[in-house]
Amino acid sequence: MKAAPFKYVRAQSLEHCLELLSEHGDDARLLAGGQSLLPSLALRLSAPALLIDINRVQELSGEPQVTPDVVRLPALTRHADLITSPVVQTYLPLLHRAAPWIAHPGIRHRGTTGGSLALGDPASELPACAVAAGATFILQSKSGGLRRVPAQSFYQGMFRNACAADEMIVAVEFARMDAMQTGFKEVARRRGDYAMVGLAAQARRRGQRLTDVGLSFFAVGDYPVLATQISQAIEAADTPAQAVTMALEVYEREMQPSADLWCSSQAKKYIGRSVLEDVIHDLFQ
Amino acid sequence: MTYFNDLAPDTGRTIELQLNGQPVLAQVSVRQHLGDFLRESQGFKGTHIGCEHGVCGACTVRVDGRAVRSCLCLAVQADAAQVFTIEGLTDDPVVRALQDSFVRCHAMQCGFCTAGMVLTAAELLQAQPEPSREDVREYLSGNYCRCTGYESIVNAVMDAAQTLRKAGGGAR
Amino acid sequence: MSTTHKDEGIGAAVPRVGAKRLVQGHARYCDDIELPRMVHVCFLRSPYAHARITSIDTAAARAMPGVVSVLTGADLRAHCEPFLGVLHHLPGMVSAPQWPLALDTARWQGEPVVMVAAQTRALAEDALALIEVDWEPLTPVVDPQAALADGAIAIHPALEKANLAYEARVDRGDYAGEVARSALSLSLNISTTRVTAVTLEPRGLVAEWDAGREELTVWTGTQVPHMMQSVLAKHLRLAENRVRVVGLETGGSFGLKIHAYPDEFAAVMLSRWLGRPVKFIADRLESFSSDVHARAHAARVEIAVSPDHRIRAFGVDGLLGIGAYSKHPRGSVNEVRHVVNLLGAPYQFAAMHAHVRVAFQNKTPYGMYRGVGHPIVCLLTEMAVECAARQLNVDPVAFRFHNYRADADYPAELLSGTKLEALSHEACLRELVSLMDYPALRQAQAQARAEGRYQGIGLATFVENSNHGSATYGRGGAPIAANDGCTVQLQVDGTVLCSSGATDTGQGTETALTQIVAHTLDLPLSAVRMQLGDTASAPVGGGNWGSRGTGVAGEAALQASLALKDEVLRCASVLWDVPQGRIELLGGQLVDSLNGQCLGTLAQLCQAAYVRPDLFKSGPVPQLAITRFYAQRDYDGGIYTNGVQASWVEVDIRTGCVRLLKHWIVDDCGVVINPALADEQLRGAVVQGIGQALLEGCLYDDQGQLMNATMAEYLTPMAGEMPDICVGHVVTPTQSSKLGAKGVGEAGITGAIAAVVNAVNDALFPLNGQVTDLPVTPDRILKAIRVIH
Repeated sequence: MKAAPFKYVRAQSLEHCLELLSEHGDDARLLAGGQSLLPSLALRLSAPALLIDINRVQELSGEPQVTPDVVRLPALTRHADLITSPVVQTYLPLLHRAAPWIAHPGIRHRGTTGGSLALGDPASELPACAVAAGATFILQSKSGGLRRVPAQSFYQGMFRNACAADEMIVAVEFARMDAMQTGFKEVARRRGDYAMVGLAAQARRRGQRLTDVGLSFFAVGDYPVLATQISQAIEAADTPAQAVTMALEVYEREMQPSADLWCSSQAKKYIGRSVLEDVIHDLFQ
Repeated sequence: MTYFNDLAPDTGRTIELQLNGQPVLAQVSVRQHLGDFLRESQGFKGTHIGCEHGVCGACTVRVDGRAVRSCLCLAVQADAAQVFTIEGLTDDPVVRALQDSFVRCHAMQCGFCTAGMVLTAAELLQAQPEPSREDVREYLSGNYCRCTGYESIVNAVMDAAQTLRKAGGGAR
Repeated sequence: MSTTHKDEGIGAAVPRVGAKRLVQGHARYCDDIELPRMVHVCFLRSPYAHARITSIDTAAARAMPGVVSVLTGADLRAHCEPFLGVLHHLPGMVSAPQWPLALDTARWQGEPVVMVAAQTRALAEDALALIEVDWEPLTPVVDPQAALADGAIAIHPALEKANLAYEARVDRGDYAGEVARSALSLSLNISTTRVTAVTLEPRGLVAEWDAGREELTVWTGTQVPHMMQSVLAKHLRLAENRVRVVGLETGGSFGLKIHAYPDEFAAVMLSRWLGRPVKFIADRLESFSSDVHARAHAARVEIAVSPDHRIRAFGVDGLLGIGAYSKHPRGSVNEVRHVVNLLGAPYQFAAMHAHVRVAFQNKTPYGMYRGVGHPIVCLLTEMAVECAARQLNVDPVAFRFHNYRADADYPAELLSGTKLEALSHEACLRELVSLMDYPALRQAQAQARAEGRYQGIGLATFVENSNHGSATYGRGGAPIAANDGCTVQLQVDGTVLCSSGATDTGQGTETALTQIVAHTLDLPLSAVRMQLGDTASAPVGGGNWGSRGTGVAGEAALQASLALKDEVLRCASVLWDVPQGRIELLGGQLVDSLNGQCLGTLAQLCQAAYVRPDLFKSGPVPQLAITRFYAQRDYDGGIYTNGVQASWVEVDIRTGCVRLLKHWIVDDCGVVINPALADEQLRGAVVQGIGQALLEGCLYDDQGQLMNATMAEYLTPMAGEMPDICVGHVVTPTQSSKLGAKGVGEAGITGAIAAVVNAVNDALFPLNGQVTDLPVTPDRILKAIRVIH
């Protein structure tokens, strides 16, 4: 399957890129890693008029930047870097745990944080991590300048998000996790597949209790949502065992996963129980 | 490939890259992926196209030192890059050890997945000279083989790792 | 002193001949071929499972720059004969004529309707968007049961029995009585989902019509070049000696590439039409919707067991949907023939009932995929057997030993009429029990259960056909040779050049045949070159299918080599004036066995034979090129092979996921030419079976739309989840050939599906769970143990 014809331009700088987006808007697609875009072009699921290659834009590249409170990941951070970077391992352990679950090595060399977050595939790992961790997406456009959007309000529907047609993610900011607990679990039938059910979580531990719990399931709905009620149930518990029981109660009541081609919503719901249980145990480690 | 492919202007580019150790100057259609460029424009047929949507791994090549799916990379993105296909890697000691082991351990049948397997396994052995069988299975879990059932491939990678260790750590 | 080369010959586990080309990227597959002025085709395919085609407007597509030709079914119709996939020796089997491109009705989603040729594949795909087709959607007939119900829409109105393509019944013995008298009779409703081969290299071809010689050449990855030659000649109205099919290095086939595909034929026709080479390579999307599908059965199997735990009866009522057309030229009903022929095959029993029906439906047409119906009949038989054993609280291994037809009781004829030369179920099961340390595994299982983990052990006894005679196809009128031929010739320098119509699609046929010739002539492998699959040089043969490559083509190679060796000895006798009976061919030398004296080298003999015929004072001029044909005629239905497999699994009841801990297979394929290659065939096939058991399936909606036509959604086994597979052998040579070799290519898949499903059900037994629908997904497991509904 060969892609339909398109024009191609290499953005020389962020300013150049924003200029192009402002001119072409919805007719253009940003080409970062291309690991999701190129298959969709090959399958002729999308046929943009213009591809804007951002891989040489310096302002979008570089090492993660650590401050006393946050870690800033440039949009072109590659998934493989999330695994090898000592900074990510120390300050963003949730991403470090999640990244090996993303597809396969060859894809991780190219795929980017910005690309994955912008696409928001409901079965993918990083958007759920961003929502669970309460990350902030740094968006920029020529018309609107810089805009900071919390992850949990960024995703609005299946492949629909808060980005305007001339806007792009330039970086994402996470609160530092070095003093936090993280939990991550993904159930898939084959290594590297899209998940059947997955869960990303972080929390602060104070003895037998957890506070500041952030939880986001993936592969269960159109986009990752913050599981606020389950988080509150966990925070209200006095012991780990109680946290599990109360969380599962809320889960049973509230969780309505969507089926996919191979997995019914009842099966996802059932599998999600053990995923939730395991992740809560992780948070207490 | 010439501009003739495509109907509108601005759909062709000139690219310059290092391919299998040689400088190459070529004109490409911007929509052509790297795998097709290597095969059709440059005549390196050792890289195979199995699915064209990035799942099977047969098209894996080495770009700037990393294993990459050539169907998920546009030819224009290889501008200024250093690209190696299986044909250009016989002098790479890790690749050569793997090739010998694949033959010795009967790790290929139809051969269509072999180039992708070898390049992916080579990357594993570069980073991890003493992998376990589970490590090998996991690293190769994105490379589809329909013929072997994978066990002989795992045997071959373990065999190559051992050969390289005996030769004094051929990986870097 | 000469050295023998037998350590590389028959029985040697040598690596593949020429393997370096595969690891260095120098092998030449179909898509690697580029010819001057070659055009690339793609097809506009029906988006509907069933629709009338009221008009096609190709004007805009034809006008697009870069497009060379746009043709419809109407354009091609007058220039070819249609396919008709019917075997005349199967009473009542019908199908409808099939044209290369659909005419007025499209009958499956993916059916080719318009062919576009352009300078590149990308341009051809662009042109598809410019073609306007007026479709009148018709109600699709999707479910086979519904297809055979009264009042169902007939997919082929001209056929008498609406959507019934074939039906067979076999009733033997007092079936009802046996069931009535039994201590236990149980039935299982088992269903499987369509699967497809998913060869890594898609199918395709390059065709070139030489207008000057009026000759057609087709390069393609195929298992059956001579069959393709015959079919092309017949349908394109050419003489066979003007059609050359060149079988290439093939990136996997497993039965996929033995069929006549309408889109491929259209592409071949185009090369004649245009006078330019034409390349058609199916892309992955096209492959999913237009490659043959296989093995979607719905069957009720019944087993009746006497008070003393003897199986008394097996019964099956089965239904198979084969898509819109029976595939040409082999037909699409062999899967149910295998079910009928081999139900309960390993066991002694007194009565049998079989009723199978085959229906047309608006889905992709069916064809052969590795094992064909043998994996299904093994699944039905062995699921019933293990279910019965569990219900009787009898160990499944003991139950089998108790009921197997004894190894000493062959040759035998099954109730169905199937003739079996010599099977070895008892020997194989003994070997398997030892290999897997069965008692220790049962202990491990009990230990796991005590810890709240659910492990299962499943076995499957399988019977698999090989070395077919003429009963399968020839008697039905299909142009598929039951024989194979091999030409072995000596070059002037004493090296050997051979040609066979067999093919190598990865299994190592080339190596096995080389070993046979080298062994017979006592030469190193490097001195023998075996060329395969070119109809211009290979004697007419059946090619590779049904696990016949080693057994049939191998025997032809053996007989040709033996005859050549005789001729070499005769010529040596004349040349050096020594009685023929005293001369031996050893390590490339002719040796007088009386005194050990070397008379001369093989090279010297050949030199003399070709350039100095005057030195041969008596008898004919040396005939150092010999062709022999072989066909297996002792058992027209084929020489059956057998074995047993075991799967050890752990089911995670929190997720329904199955972890494959290990797998074992003991196989009896007679004489083993190359143990390493044979074992790898078994392993690869086992993993394909695991795929059908747990992962694979073509998912259709109720409109006949294929919903998972990508490699991300059609799940095939990958390295991360597959077990190590332990292989053992029992050797019962066939007496039907000198070589004694039977086939091994399909044995692995034949028993693996049943072994894995049995293992899962063994794991779920304490929870009163059982899965009888494949693939065994987490959903099905969780439903079986009733944690979801």
